[in-house]
Amino acid sequence: MSHCELITGNEAAAYAVKLVKPHVIAAYPITPQTSLSEKISLYIESGEIKAEYVTVESEHSAMTVLISASTMGARTFTATSANGLLYMHEQLHWAAGSRLPIVMCCVNRGVGAPWSIFNDQQDSFSQRDAGWIQMYCRNNQEIIDTVIQAYRIAEEVYIPVMVCYDGFILSHTMMPVEIPEESLVQEFLPPYTPHTEISPESPKTVNPVFFPWRRENHEGVLCDGYMEKRYKLQDALLHSADIIRRTNRDFAAMFGRDWGGMTWEYRTDDADIFIVGMGSLAMEATVAADELRRGGIRAGVLGIRVFRPFPCREVADALRGARAIIVFEKCVSYGQTGGFSTDLKAALYGTGITAPLHNYVAGLGGRDVKARELTEAVEGSLTAIDGGDGEHKTVWLNCFTG
Amino acid sequence: MTAMEKKDPFIAGICIPAVGEAGKTGDWSDLKPVIDQAKCIPASKNKPACFLCWLYCPDAVVTMTIPVTIDLDYCKGCGICAEECPANAIKMVRKVECDESL
Repeated sequence: MSHCELITGNEAAAYAVKLVKPHVIAAYPITPQTSLSEKISLYIESGEIKAEYVTVESEHSAMTVLISASTMGARTFTATSANGLLYMHEQLHWAAGSRLPIVMCCVNRGVGAPWSIFNDQQDSFSQRDAGWIQMYCRNNQEIIDTVIQAYRIAEEVYIPVMVCYDGFILSHTMMPVEIPEESLVQEFLPPYTPHTEISPESPKTVNPVFFPWRRENHEGVLCDGYMEKRYKLQDALLHSADIIRRTNRDFAAMFGRDWGGMTWEYRTDDADIFIVGMGSLAMEATVAADELRRGGIRAGVLGIRVFRPFPCREVADALRGARAIIVFEKCVSYGQTGGFSTDLKAALYGTGITAPLHNYVAGLGGRDVKARELTEAVEGSLTAIDGGDGEHKTVWLNCFTG
Repeated sequence: MTAMEKKDPFIAGICIPAVGEAGKTGDWSDLKPVIDQAKCIPASKNKPACFLCWLYCPDAVVTMTIPVTIDLDYCKGCGICAEECPANAIKMVRKVECDESL
């Protein structure tokens, strides 16, 4: 029977790992991920997780261990944060390019310099183009459910999945979480079969040098060059959106919780003011939307659950009737604008949606963002937009900018 | 599986370990080793001796036979065999003499 426990986000992730029964785990502790890797260590010590836990000297090595294990057919898990994720950067590309269904939790934290141990989403955002699927959770229940879904998605499309959730705000905050029944998880998640069999009886050369041109193999068959292999990754990532939507539907049918697939919406049926965000900040925006509605503003929230592949279809459908789009985001594309809003604007180009878009860079390095402040920011934007100002605008919320 | 993935058995950068899997890589080089069998120690003495060319070849295209042979389909023309030969029996020569005026 499923049961309910009062647990932190990191404990929810550890519980999900226990339920999916990985074979190999390698992780290096870093705040705010540490209590997750500690919990997994305890599960292994007690025999509740029967996996090989490889202790490593760095995140780069952790991902390297998982790449080897996953290539040979092991289900794998790791977790990290901030600079640990950046140290893993090279291996993230190897994992995706090798089409390995590794699942990793990124407990979102601001990156140095200067040092911060507190939350924003610059770490995972800066790994946007590594070829991984990225999913963002809004609460601890979604963390446990998304880690389970992540394995099924990854192992179906052979793309690694990063399950991202906000450090401290979720990772160290307790919420009631319904623990899925183990037998149902086993039913939901079939065993992992690697895309290519590699064994002493069937040896393969993995990732040799690929040349710019296509090549004939020893049987004279014309095979992929580097560019075809990279196109396959892009094609599979774009295609994975359908698998993510279906996996969410199947999960909802089996466990009774629907997280929306690629995106989720709150009070958007009659909304003309759309607040857009990812993770816990978007959850905070639902409180702001309620407050705005009490003031007569028809506000709704479009939450981004999957950032890569980008939910182009969902955002275009949702924002069709928007009079104003207000983005709150915890990441920056330095030298451009807010990280998420840059992508959102690109997705809206050519859709006919021309509503003014104001984006607020908020909560960097753990700076608190209250629902009241989101409400005031939206009201400020609407004053400008209703006054005839149709320009896009970027504001660093609660930041002294001179 | 997407349509693109069905066209190739390997979705990642994976090959079968086999001679010629990466194509005839000998065509990268513009120099080829030529053995003077009269100077070559195994051939001239008719004994299995020396074979330093076989030992040093980084592409394993030299045979440990009498006479020594080199598989030019996969020789990269690096010249290490010529450099190591104690009898100066191997010379690197251009595969195609270029017109110096071009």
